Amino acid sequence: MPYISLEEHLPGVTGLLEFNRHTAEPLRELTQLLLRGPSSLTEAEREWIATLVSYKNNCVYCATSHTAAADAFLGEHETTQKIKEDYNRAPISDKMKALLTIASQVQESGKSVTAEAVNRAKQLGATDLEIHDTVLIAALFCLYNRYVDGLNTIAPTDPRYYAEMAERLKTKGYYRPAQGYDHLKNK
Amino acid sequence: MAYINIPEGLPGIRGLMAFRPETAKHLNELAEVLLRDDHTLSRGERELIATYVSYLNDCFFCQNAHGAIAQHYLQCDIKTLDKLKEDFESKDISEKLKALLSIAASVQQSGKEVTPRQIERARSAGATDKEIHDTVLIAAFFCLCNRYVDGLGTSAPTDRNYYVNRGKMRAEEGYRQFDLYR
Repeated sequence: MPYISLEEHLPGVTGLLEFNRHTAEPLRELTQLLLRGPSSLTEAEREWIATLVSYKNNCVYCATSHTAAADAFLGEHETTQKIKEDYNRAPISDKMKALLTIASQVQESGKSVTAEAVNRAKQLGATDLEIHDTVLIAALFCLYNRYVDGLNTIAPTDPRYYAEMAERLKTKGYYRPAQGYDHLKNK
Repeated sequence: MAYINIPEGLPGIRGLMAFRPETAKHLNELAEVLLRDDHTLSRGERELIATYVSYLNDCFFCQNAHGAIAQHYLQCDIKTLDKLKEDFESKDISEKLKALLSIAASVQQSGKEVTPRQIERARSAGATDKEIHDTVLIAAFFCLCNRYVDGLGTSAPTDRNYYVNRGKMRAEEGYRQFDLYR
């Protein structure tokens, strides 16, 4: 049971975003810009950062949702799974591994990020903007994970919920649906 | 030296905001709504939650910048605020604020650390759903800001009076449209 009164048909972060739409608006805009805006990182690569941080924070709702979103962009499930198990052995670029190292450090604390990790990313071709966005995406999911679990929201167990969510995140992004969420009420 | 090439002379989050104004816009909008909009929690109380979480995350820039703003609203000195951060339970603040600060401290560690007992305590002291929601989100937001500021290796003035002297100005100009270069 969530710690505050949320609409029952809206699990996870969705119920929270509908609870206070004034705070939801800038959060949605920031997420859309970081994960879907113009970037030299692909959407899947940015979703991996969100997934890995959420996974390390043990936030089931966020980790499952963003795994599904990354997989929707990739059209397969193996790579994201391998990243969660051990990203250093996953079939991804060395630059991406270096960025995921930085994201893992941010998950612990801002103070855990080392000059060595940043220099390694730069040597592998990461730009200042990519490093900046990696840190900010990782920090943003340290916010979301705490928000979702700190208020004890529900994480659905039905895989279909996450499959539908992934499709929406892939095609519509993070903006609030124009029609709201009433269509989910009868599901 | 910051880890990325940001404009010189802008400490803490200000250099990062100048580096990427597009993301800064939304971060500042969120800060404005959470910390300054009309609310049953005073601006001082909300800045205190921000300061306390930043203290627990050991983020020097954020805890001093927001500490100075809290000091301005609460009309207290730096010593009083330091003692409050060390042990708020024994200090002369409302039971409701103590309960909310305790929730914020759990959020700083992990969302999963918040217990039903802490929520009950806040409710018994009169906290509403919105106050509990906003406390969790302010705490989570500063877990973002502290990681952003320290994770990119930004610099911060070491003289704590630098922040104290700016507290009133920062409180008055708000977050939505402040001059990064002032």
